[in-house]
Amino acid sequence: MPDPSFLLIQSLSGLTYAMFLFLIASGLSLIFGILRVLNFAHGSFYMLGAYLTYQFVSYFINNPTGFWIAVLFSSIAIALLGGLIERLFLSRLYIREELNQLLFTYALVLILGDLAKIVWGTGQLSIPRPQILKGAVKIMDQYFPEYNIFIICLGFGIAFFFWIILNRTRWGRIIRAAALDREMLNALGVNVTKLFTVVFIIGSWLAGLGGALVAPIAAIVPGMDVEIIINVFIVVVIGGLGSFWGTLLGALVLGQVISFGILILPRLAIVFIYILMTIVLITRPWGLLGKPLSR
Amino acid sequence: MGPFGKTIIPLTMLKREKFIIILTALLALLPLSQSRFYIFLGTDILIMGLFAMSLNLLLGYTGLVSFGHAAYFGIGAYTCALLMKKAGIIFPLAFIGAMVAGVLGALIIGFFCVRLTKIYFAMLTLAFSQIVWAIVFKWNSLTGGDTGLIGIDFPAYLDSSVRFYYFTLVVVAVSLGLLQRIVNSPFGRILTTIRENPERTEFIGVNVKLYQLIAFMISGLFAAISGALFGIFNHSLFPDLLYWPQSAEVLIMSLLGGIYSFFGPLVGATIILYMRMLVTSYTQYWPFIMGTILAFLLFFFPGGIVGFLREKKVFKWLK
Amino acid sequence: MAEMILTVENIKKSFDGFVAVNEVSLSVKKGEICSIIGPNGAGKTTLFNLITGHIPADSGRVTFKGIDISKMPPHKICRLGMGRSFQRTNIFPRLTVFQNIQAALVAHRGMGLNFFKMVDSLFRQETVEILERVGLKEFSETMSGSLSYGYQKQLELGIALASNPELLLLDEPTAGMSAQETRQTIALIEKISREKGLTLLFTEHDMEVVFSIAERILVLHQGKLIAEGTPEEIKQNKEVQKVYLGEGR
Repeated sequence: MPDPSFLLIQSLSGLTYAMFLFLIASGLSLIFGILRVLNFAHGSFYMLGAYLTYQFVSYFINNPTGFWIAVLFSSIAIALLGGLIERLFLSRLYIREELNQLLFTYALVLILGDLAKIVWGTGQLSIPRPQILKGAVKIMDQYFPEYNIFIICLGFGIAFFFWIILNRTRWGRIIRAAALDREMLNALGVNVTKLFTVVFIIGSWLAGLGGALVAPIAAIVPGMDVEIIINVFIVVVIGGLGSFWGTLLGALVLGQVISFGILILPRLAIVFIYILMTIVLITRPWGLLGKPLSR
Repeated sequence: MGPFGKTIIPLTMLKREKFIIILTALLALLPLSQSRFYIFLGTDILIMGLFAMSLNLLLGYTGLVSFGHAAYFGIGAYTCALLMKKAGIIFPLAFIGAMVAGVLGALIIGFFCVRLTKIYFAMLTLAFSQIVWAIVFKWNSLTGGDTGLIGIDFPAYLDSSVRFYYFTLVVVAVSLGLLQRIVNSPFGRILTTIRENPERTEFIGVNVKLYQLIAFMISGLFAAISGALFGIFNHSLFPDLLYWPQSAEVLIMSLLGGIYSFFGPLVGATIILYMRMLVTSYTQYWPFIMGTILAFLLFFFPGGIVGFLREKKVFKWLK
Repeated sequence: MAEMILTVENIKKSFDGFVAVNEVSLSVKKGEICSIIGPNGAGKTTLFNLITGHIPADSGRVTFKGIDISKMPPHKICRLGMGRSFQRTNIFPRLTVFQNIQAALVAHRGMGLNFFKMVDSLFRQETVEILERVGLKEFSETMSGSLSYGYQKQLELGIALASNPELLLLDEPTAGMSAQETRQTIALIEKISREKGLTLLFTEHDMEVVFSIAERILVLHQGKLIAEGTPEEIKQNKEVQKVYLGEGR
């Protein structure tokens, strides 16, 4: 019987990873819910968020708050990039069949992936954790990084923050309505074009933020875009495409599955997560908390 | 007049068959160039062309967007290679084994997938394909995992690039002929009505899911054939030919050529492979180029190359 | 006692708590021209979808030609002899008008699983006949997606007829049509059903159309059948008048 404190740490690691998944997946889910576009490039935004953070940190190398400034700048930069892409390119594809939009986002994956290689090379980059969160906290008799605790808290904080926005503000109501019936919204006088851009910007910001925050604790390498996007897909499938709480739930579930899966069945863990995705799609395609997609 | 303004007339059926024969005859002359390079490229194009055309039976004809087509390619490739290398089975039987495996795989996977629509269908095809990838990737003892399955030799009497090229040419030509027949048959026509309007098709008395499943299996069959050919052509197999970007690439090939034309995917495969060969000799950033081509295509050539040429009435002289 | 070709017994359907069809029972006589009317949202299309098997009923039974079709999938029901046209035009846009009809014939004659014949050569004569009957022969080679709305509806009728149905369900066959198109379509529908002895069940908003050809009218309101009878009886029915108050024609 494994050590309970060890299990707890494993669980917390899974929770940390889940928070990153949640950040990216919520952006993806939001974009899908409103724009009906499954943004393959969301993983690329995440990756660029990490790379940009690395870049900004290198400019503020002696500044103790350098990391935080970098996170701010890079996540905003990614948000703006998303907005530009949506305005200039993606919006022109809305009248076409969905496959076109999907493949455009894939084209972005290819383009942005190589762009990162051109700018930052193919080697592995890393940055240190920020000064104030350098330490570790003792939980039972094991140590767990302070930074990770911060991420977990931040993740829940952002979830709560978005829940407030979605349920207590006018914009939130509009967004929820848009997820149900876009045509109605036009009739109600809402500027749907602007809404789409805003939603895409927010979604991209979330992905960029995720990447920025993961920079100190993960390897910043080419391929991290492709690697994360599949797991993000699994999260939204489990939780339910377009469902806010579903995304959080899916992220939490997958985080634990990966964390313990690697422990229990290291060789089969990777197969298992795809089997999980398959089972959900076969038995309950709209996920745990989603609604069956109407025509 | 809307998007359907001009009556688009594809090559009529008999003309297509003649075209295949002529094309085959022309391609048979390729080895006379004595160029190992062109023979290599030619074999590659034929194999990937067949792969793309197998996908298009689902995509362009039935309207099913599969994101996991690499699975059948990989199943065919690994089955044939493993039967030959690990079980010592002779090539013809291994080849048939690959075909059977491809059809079975498509049957099992397709059975679950056709119960879903649109995005969920695509996601499930992706999920299944990733399962196959993961199994191949992890089952080191059988497949060699990440280090690959190497040392796949030409079979006994096909032991040169030229001979294998001719073999590939014959296999692909016959496959195209069969596909052509299927597409022009009553079954093929019903597939297009399913693409156009599955609800309506249901109510002209068609069991839509059954037809989609059959299309899936035929598609898997030809993908597996191309995979089996690939394994030998490449003399080695690695799991990443099952990874999802490979499925995306073959989608791009089909789209580039034009999914609403029979030969479109073959045209697309030719262009992509030729360009990749050109570009990679200058730079490692082929994905960037391919992404740009794809984006360009989506914005300016929605019907693909063939669609574009049709609009310009380039094919009038063939009537 | 004339033969009942279609019987619906206590059929009920709810969506997320909203009761769309509330224990409706009706029967249609063979050869009859019967119309279902009712305000928007009354449940007419849902009722059709329940009959044709597109959605499963929560409770109740549907019998067609004496066979219980409550749990049958749509394609099997179609094969038994039921045809249908849909509210939003449902044709095959990227096929020509000719191919649209021909495909329906191919399916109906059970040739769908034939992989070897050349489809273009099949049923050419029969297709032309149907095209003539619905007045679309001149558009034979036109891409059906580029036809005007009215002609598309005619094509839909042609597709439904190709399956040689005994019972034809038409969901708002004249929706969106001009007065002239409406008259033409109705004349066509009436002619065809008389010729072939078809039983016709259609939903409509256009009261003129309903009163001109329906032999019997059923009135649906908020998922319930509130009246049933001849056109005369319905015209004088107080409840119906109340429901339609404000919906002038």
